[in-house]
Amino acid sequence: MVTAIDTLTEATVWRWLDEVKDPEVPVISVVELGVVRGVKVSDAGAVTVDVTPTYSGCPATVIIEELIAAAIDSRGHKVDINRVIAPAWTTDWISDSGREKLTDYGIAPPAKNAEGKASLLGIDPTLECPRCKSTKTERISEFGSTACKALYRCTDCLEPFEYFKCI
Amino acid sequence: MTQNKFAPISEYGPSDNAHFEYVLGLGDTALVLGQRMAEWLGKAPSMELDIAASNFSLDLFGQAEQFLNYAGELESEGRTGDDLAFLRDGMFFRNHLIVEQPNRDWGVTMVRHFMVSSFLVLQYEALSASNDEQIAGIAAKALKEMQYHERFSRDWVIRLAGGTEESMQRITRGFDTLWRFTGELFQKVDYEDGLIERGTAIDVSTLEAKWSEGVDALLEACGIEKPKALQMISGRTLGHHTEHLGHMLCDMQYLQRAYPGASW
Repeated sequence: MVTAIDTLTEATVWRWLDEVKDPEVPVISVVELGVVRGVKVSDAGAVTVDVTPTYSGCPATVIIEELIAAAIDSRGHKVDINRVIAPAWTTDWISDSGREKLTDYGIAPPAKNAEGKASLLGIDPTLECPRCKSTKTERISEFGSTACKALYRCTDCLEPFEYFKCI
Repeated sequence: MTQNKFAPISEYGPSDNAHFEYVLGLGDTALVLGQRMAEWLGKAPSMELDIAASNFSLDLFGQAEQFLNYAGELESEGRTGDDLAFLRDGMFFRNHLIVEQPNRDWGVTMVRHFMVSSFLVLQYEALSASNDEQIAGIAAKALKEMQYHERFSRDWVIRLAGGTEESMQRITRGFDTLWRFTGELFQKVDYEDGLIERGTAIDVSTLEAKWSEGVDALLEACGIEKPKALQMISGRTLGHHTEHLGHMLCDMQYLQRAYPGASW
């Protein structure tokens, strides 16, 4: 019997986590979403993953943690999920590839610089319709199907679309 | 030995664990306001507002859950955040009286939401510098959410005040009936002194001037005279609530009371 186990590296865990999709926006991974804050592998091969919630009340937080645990557990490694709340997640944590995938999926990505003044003052960014790329868009509702999204409409192609709110 | 037949008033007052009481208060205000917003679910004036109200609720419940779980740790009596939310009697709730006031109509609800969220924005902003990492972390996150709430409710107050005579009346009624509960938001409690000195809590009385500025600006934009209250009403830290809290808790707690430990 071969009993030697390849040493698990943190890079490998990151790669596994990059396959774990956000349950509410299943085109981007939890890594691209920016909720995985850190990965540690102990000498014994046990994994600790630091995870941060998006919104305080995001119902997907627990599911995301379970999916992450399952991705590691299913490969035969012990896993601990450590919830961290500081520094607070903002939409700036979404990676560039994540933003691209959001657009392809029909969700306008958040404006950059969530910490910037415009978002604090509630000034709406100019949004590009993810379908026809027109910038003639208007807000229908500040709230959408999930806590993180708002509803917009393109006045050129008339398609409604979702906007990943900037916080 | 005779035993006191009636519990003394102080039994409902704060315990000697100031840290616990403080965090409990933060959690309760978020929880009760969240429950009030959840009451709009299925009944709001339009689909968008229905979604908005339940999103607000979700934000507030998220904040409440974190504060109450932490309060449970600080208490170290083995109570979880859920225990505190669903198995505690009204007189032990520490929420501000303004958040337990009934929704009545969308106008009154938006006035209440503006007054409370603009207070919470200031409070969370200050608390994000707390030396208690838990409080600071929760507050920093909640701050971003409450900025949204503040902006949304301000827009609605302005829109309704500039609408019809009827909508203006409702907004005015909101300010008039709720004003008497705003004093409590800025009342520092004695047991907070030590926490404030250590940099854990903030002195809420220092937030009033800034808050008034925002409210005054909104009143002016609406063309409404600043309300006056004959007397400010408070009582949260003594367990003295208005009658509305009990009714609300009946609704909120009945499932856990009727089926203890029920989960899905």
